[in-house]
Parts: sequence; structure tokens; C-alpha cells
Amino acid sequence: MEREFEVAGGDFVNAGYASAKVKEIVKSIGFSPEAVRRIAICSYEAEVNIVLYAKRGKMKLSVYEDYAVLHVKDEGPGIEDIELAMQEGYSTATPEMRELGFGAGMGLPNIKKNSDIFTIISEPGKGTELRIMIRNEK
Amino acid sequence: MKLEEIRKILGAVVIVGKEEMEKEVNCACSSDLMSDVLAFAKPGALLLTGLTNIQSVRTAEIADIKAIVYVRGKQPDEAAVKLAKEKKIPLLSTPLRMFEACGRLYMAGLRGVGEVEEKVAANK
Repeated sequence: MEREFEVAGGDFVNAGYASAKVKEIVKSIGFSPEAVRRIAICSYEAEVNIVLYAKRGKMKLSVYEDYAVLHVKDEGPGIEDIELAMQEGYSTATPEMRELGFGAGMGLPNIKKNSDIFTIISEPGKGTELRIMIRNEK
Repeated sequence: MKLEEIRKILGAVVIVGKEEMEKEVNCACSSDLMSDVLAFAKPGALLLTGLTNIQSVRTAEIADIKAIVYVRGKQPDEAAVKLAKEKKIPLLSTPLRMFEACGRLYMAGLRGVGEVEEKVAANK
């Protein structure tokens, strides 16, 4: 099963709407509560990143028998130093972003921590692409 | 700990979920940074925060947080209230500051998400 969501950059009020749907879907399919939670957290962090940094982006959820894959692609500024961006606490967020409760440099590390396989491809000026795989462990 | 007991300890008002005060939380966490909450919170926890926008409720929904207490008498904004009603996530507001609110709940026996984890690990 596949579902694709469009995410608009800058639309802070609706940030998380797609991830709430993602959570509903994997829950209704019968994924374990722990797997549902991990998928939801990865999705939400990725969605918030699009809203904060990119013009727009897409999130595709693919659900298989034992795992789910989130493919996230944005039209954002891209990341210069991925290794640095993966460090907890490193952030390029503006004070305005921090006032919204995000931009503490935990987003990408959180996604990595909650996923079984995580890949990130990014280049300045070309946007960022994430692939997140999460097993449905019973 | 029941939400009703938490309400009394904190002298809090209920903004959403008056009929849900019999629900229980098993631990608590406090932060204004939602990514921290997503990183450390446990399902069934209470969240104490000073962040009043819609993402406080969205974070609760995503991370299976049972209820939110806003500190320093803060009121959640309209979009947050609307989403909380829709998702049945109780919202309370206490006049106490974050440290005092957490301290009173801790003294009353509510524990942090880290300690609940340690207990689970010790029992294994």
C-alpha cells in the first residue's frame, strides 16, 4: 500500500497533519504500538523539517507486510555538511523557528534513532531526500 | 496518577477534557522543545510545557502523550484547543512555573520518563 502527501513549506499550523495520517494508516493496518510510534515520530520530524526549511516537499509512505518505508523529498536549501547535521544539538534554525518549539538540533538524530535503516542524500541548492525504513516488530 | 489529582496538586484549570479527569498518566516530562519531547517521552506520559501553539498538541498526538499541562498560566492558542478536542487530548493550565509544577508532582509521587525506564530495566 502506498500513500503520498504534499507538504507546504512555511505552513506551520498544518505541520504534522500528514504525519497524523501516516500514524492512522499504519495503526489501522495493525502495526505494533511501538512501530506505529516510531514511524509517526520519524514522519513528524521529517515533515516539520520541510515546513521549516523548504519551499515544499513530498512524503511517500509505503507499507509492506513486515515494514514500512517513508520516502521524503524536499525542495529546500539542502545540507552542506550532513555529518554535522546528524549531530545532536547542531542546528541552523533561526530564533523564530526555535520559538515554535523546534530547531533544537534533534530532528535528524531523532529520525535516525527511531528508524531501522536511514539514508539521507542532500546537496546545497538541490534539496534533501530521506529514506526511512521501520520494521514492524511484534 | 489520575489527571484529577494532578489538577488539584497544580491548582490547574481544565481547558479541554473535563470529562477525562479519571484518566491516568504513568510518568511525566517537561520541555518547551518538541524535538526533545519526541526523543525522550514515553507513551502514556504527561507533558508540562510553556509552548502553547498547535505543535504542542501535535507532538502529544504523535508521541502518545496522554495530557498536557501549560505552565505559568499560559493558554493554548485556538488551533491547539481545536486539535486537542478533535484528538481527545486533555489540556490543563496551571499558574505555577515549570520548576514548581514539576516539583509538586514529583513530591506527590509522579516520576520522570527516565526513571520509569530504569525501573523497567531493573525488573528485567
